[in-house]
Amino acid sequence: MKERELRGLIGKVKAGKLSRRGFVQAMMAVGIGAPAASQILLSSGVAMAQSPSTYKPTKRGGGGPLKLLWWQGPTLLNPHFAVGTKDQDGSRLFYEPLAAWDPDGNLKPKLAAEIPTKENGGLSADGLTVTWKLKQGVTWHDGKPFTADDVVFNWEYAKDPATAAYTIASYQDVMVEKVDPYTVTVKFKKPTPFWADAFVGTRGMLIPKHLFADYIGAKSRDAPTNLKPVGTGPYMFKDFKPGDLVTGVMNPNYHQANKPFFDTVEMKGGGDAVSAARAVLQTGEFDFAWNLQVEDEILQRLEKGGKGSVSITPGGNIEFLLMNTTDPWTEVDGERASLKTKHPTLSDPEVRKAVALLVDNKSIQDHIYGRTGPATRNFLYGPARFDSKNNPIEFNVDKANDILEKAGWKKGADGIRAKDGKKLKFVYQTSINQPRQKTQAIIKQAAQKAGIDIELKSVTASVFFSSDVANPDTYTKFYTDLEMYTTTMGQPDPGTHMLQFVSWEAATKDNKWQGRNITRWQSPEADKLYRETEVELDPVKRAASFIKMNDLAIQNQIVMGIVQRPTVSAKAAKLNCNISGWDNNTSDLSDWFKDA
Amino acid sequence: MQVHRVSRQYVIRKLLIMIPSLLGISVVLFSLLALAPGDPFDELATNPAVPPEVRAALRAKFGLDDPVWMRYWHWLIALLQGDWGFSFVSRMDVSTLIMQRLPVTLIVIGASQILAIAIAIPVGVLAATRPYSLFDQVANTFAFIGFSLPTFFTGLVLILVFSIQLDWLPFVYRADIAATGWAFYWEHIKQSIMPVTVLGLFQGAALVRFVRSSVLDVIRLDYVTTARSKGIGERKVITRHVVRTALIPVVTLVALQMPIVFSGAIVTEQIFRVPGIGSLLISSMLANDTPVVMGVTFVSACLVVIFNLIADILYGWLDPRIAFR
Repeated sequence: MKERELRGLIGKVKAGKLSRRGFVQAMMAVGIGAPAASQILLSSGVAMAQSPSTYKPTKRGGGGPLKLLWWQGPTLLNPHFAVGTKDQDGSRLFYEPLAAWDPDGNLKPKLAAEIPTKENGGLSADGLTVTWKLKQGVTWHDGKPFTADDVVFNWEYAKDPATAAYTIASYQDVMVEKVDPYTVTVKFKKPTPFWADAFVGTRGMLIPKHLFADYIGAKSRDAPTNLKPVGTGPYMFKDFKPGDLVTGVMNPNYHQANKPFFDTVEMKGGGDAVSAARAVLQTGEFDFAWNLQVEDEILQRLEKGGKGSVSITPGGNIEFLLMNTTDPWTEVDGERASLKTKHPTLSDPEVRKAVALLVDNKSIQDHIYGRTGPATRNFLYGPARFDSKNNPIEFNVDKANDILEKAGWKKGADGIRAKDGKKLKFVYQTSINQPRQKTQAIIKQAAQKAGIDIELKSVTASVFFSSDVANPDTYTKFYTDLEMYTTTMGQPDPGTHMLQFVSWEAATKDNKWQGRNITRWQSPEADKLYRETEVELDPVKRAASFIKMNDLAIQNQIVMGIVQRPTVSAKAAKLNCNISGWDNNTSDLSDWFKDA
Repeated sequence: MQVHRVSRQYVIRKLLIMIPSLLGISVVLFSLLALAPGDPFDELATNPAVPPEVRAALRAKFGLDDPVWMRYWHWLIALLQGDWGFSFVSRMDVSTLIMQRLPVTLIVIGASQILAIAIAIPVGVLAATRPYSLFDQVANTFAFIGFSLPTFFTGLVLILVFSIQLDWLPFVYRADIAATGWAFYWEHIKQSIMPVTVLGLFQGAALVRFVRSSVLDVIRLDYVTTARSKGIGERKVITRHVVRTALIPVVTLVALQMPIVFSGAIVTEQIFRVPGIGSLLISSMLANDTPVVMGVTFVSACLVVIFNLIADILYGWLDPRIAFR
């Protein structure tokens, strides 16, 4: 479907000549899924139909206790200081943002009365202003009303460097103003296509002004409310033991009717992932267990207990293979893999093509990850609207042999291909983690058949993922030919994610290897596409640029997707819960309930 | 009383010696933690959403940029004023964190120590009075198995049998139980059975061997033969004459084990998710939360030193042949 046709259809929906359903069906016919279609409508100024609520209970409370098992318990409950998901998930029992991300990567209002769109005047045409209308009649757990002052305060609190809030990046470059007690505007310095960052999702939870106003800046650590949250959420704080237990009771004045369902909530921490899965799936001691990094085989065995099931939530995290574009074996100006060098053998595009043909994604999914790792070649695959259809998985040893033969890489006496005295010998590193070592072995075996010798290297995770400038084995230094790990995508917008392919982000000695571009790929074309996405306000065009950028990186074999890494959790058989891969596990806690 | 005055002097001298040794221990602990790699705010460095200035501000706020000796000095001065430090990770006082975990630790580990003693003394004594009998051999075999099997193994076996197969006992320990009255105690007992058994049997097994050999040493002594020849019943000979003497070294051993009750059992706590000091220590180590690690290890060190002193005094009190000088 051409862009023009698409716009024609959108116009018809706006004019009322085509129903939303008709539009979605037309899009499905050309291979665009329903979520992507509705997002296109939303961003084109057609209000999104709220996904029909599946919430059944007709009164508040009466659901008994809800028992959650996080094998790493929350260690603090101020959302602005929450580092890992465990702390954010714990804070989310009590605090809420203006809007949350649903499983399809769409916004769902929480403390906002509605999602800002161009149509309702929430989004300015120049992309410089977002106007949020707040829900009225919402009270904090201590009875004080929630107003625009609280929202503005959160911005002041987080943007102050002395507060040392981990959320600072979402707030420091915007201006937030109160328009009236229930309206605030967020103003950007330049047109910003991805406006839903401040006050939204994991980094948008709001804390009350009246309890934190005296603890802004350097005094932030002394606020008593840091440890005794007072929010607007479905549950009110009862007790907190860091790393062990968080408990809450139903909020009788919650701002959504008939919610929440459970009388109490508890989040227990500690232990390990396998026994957490066991406590939900096999013994039924708990209702929900988080982040189960467990082999699918074990999960399937535990599921036979019949007390619960495993739920797999797609997100954007990707386990992928990187090919170095620079030479990791030569030192220039005190750094290996310098931008001034080119990789001796991988700089030949034919070699890259061959290596790509030797990655057997399907077998890796079937034999290692199972349901917890669907195969993909794309680097950017979620939300569905950014998933490129142009990169089919191809595994073909014969074709790889063919390509190398034609390009002049001839097998020597040892069976390893060489050209001009340079042998196809690679070092392939990753962190120590059983599925990763199995994946390495699968790729090494295929490479052997194509006359490529791969030496496997595994590094302890605490070293591999550290930012230690003195250690040569970190993933950001990438002092080998190939490497593999998972990169996470925290938001349903690929803006940060795709920084991994722009030239100015190359990880080098100058930036202490903090740059996001690990392969150090220098591509004017990718740079240009990224610059476009920074100013392009039309979401359709912007998505197209991101897809093109992904295709460039995949088709030049800079990186290669291996498997998606969705969120894996276990839930009790009767529990109904909607988990979003784009927000905290507990982001939709108000709507959780159990069947009778 | 001559003996009494000497012992008081002895205690005072020992107490005075404790001060430099505790200072020494704290210096060693502090410098080890300072030298160890890792930074509590390391996680921030790899998080693209957190600018480096935040990390710098936090380091400055928690005094991590000061030289080690200065940090040690601050720590020591604060400790003398009763302030044990402030957790980087949880942003609360270390003493609060430790106090939260202490009751559970004392109950679970204390109960397992009591279980260990309650098993070890009768079994050890009985085995020693009938050496190489069937009972002795069975007891010995079990003791060997008991202290050879690691707790993570016995723990998992118990979970598989009692939680998963039989579904009798919960395997996740919860410090905060909603029930009241009898139900409250019953729930607590139910969830404590497995961790207490695992720990109690492990410690009891070692103690059985110790009690047995100690009783065997005494039972052959002349005074026991004398007692028997006086016509005192066998039962009375054992309880009044043999066990009393034989238990002197056992009492010392138990006293020396007491600090363990505080520091918890890292492995067992992890398996059963018991929120004790051991699990606090391990999670703080993993998070590089040095003030908490320092707090827990230093309290343990103090307890070891104090209980050593108590063991010394007890020993002398129980056995008048030991002189204090």
